[in-house]
Amino acid sequence: MELTSTWYLVLAAILFALGATGLLVRRNPLIMFMCVELMLNAVNLTFVTFGNDLNDLGGEISVFFVLVVAAAEVVIGLAIIVAIMRRRNEATADDLSALRG
Amino acid sequence: MEFVVFIIAGLLAIIGALGLIGFKNPVHSALSLVLSLFAVAVLFLNQDAQFLAAVQVIVYAGAIVVLFLFVIMLLGVDQAEDLSVEPIAGQRPIALAIGAGVLALSVLFISVAADGGATGQQSVTAEKVDSITGTAQSATAALGDNQTDGTETIPNIEQLGRTLFTDYVFAFEVTALLLTIAVVGAVMLARKPKGELAPLPVIPGRSGTTDETEELEDA
Repeated sequence: MELTSTWYLVLAAILFALGATGLLVRRNPLIMFMCVELMLNAVNLTFVTFGNDLNDLGGEISVFFVLVVAAAEVVIGLAIIVAIMRRRNEATADDLSALRG
Repeated sequence: MEFVVFIIAGLLAIIGALGLIGFKNPVHSALSLVLSLFAVAVLFLNQDAQFLAAVQVIVYAGAIVVLFLFVIMLLGVDQAEDLSVEPIAGQRPIALAIGAGVLALSVLFISVAADGGATGQQSVTAEKVDSITGTAQSATAALGDNQTDGTETIPNIEQLGRTLFTDYVFAFEVTALLLTIAVVGAVMLARKPKGELAPLPVIPGRSGTTDETEELEDA
């Protein structure tokens, strides 16, 4: 069989759907965060696939910036989780109603 | 050969993602996330994105997941979570339905797009993209023959560097600013509140929300 970009796109869709499912199923905020990372990675894979397919470097540039934003997002998110868990142990996502979200 | 690599790496990525969702212990979840990220890095290599594959391993597997593990150890939440109880009635069926819906819609969209591109339109769109934007290509065209023969060892990194520091240099500087702000914000957020510097009252664990509002109002 020939390897076309469709294969990569379907794989990225599967990874994205798995990440979304995990985000909705799990209640540990850390694991929910990791699922967000997985979804970002799936989107990165589509960026690289399209960049390779269209012979355009813009796809890889986009992935570079997504990586930077993901790193910043993880740093801030983990700091928030640490700050919350210091105040109340064993917090799950359902307990975090103090912010009236 | 490329197809074999794709199949193996794709299967590993899916197994890693399933492990991320399924493992009870957060440490095991983080490790299977590493598996998934490595597999995606291999897929990047398979598509001639060598620089991104390296960055993927260094930044994601090397820094982000290690940061996750640090936080897991720091907070001591590395005990197994009880997955047998379903806290919200109907959460899992609905989540599975939504996940299947996302997958079905994406695959449908891809198949429609692939049908359009199967008649040799891909090269046409590529030329269109070149002529319309011309941004990324102008930098790569400066490399001249370097790009066309495609046999040199590190073409990808050189092209990426040239484009990043010419057309996207402003965005690049803004990301530097973003990272600086993120570091400062992380230090502020994770600082241990002590003495009069703690503005929030210590909320007793697992209590109802009404008590908390009263405490907040009292303070």
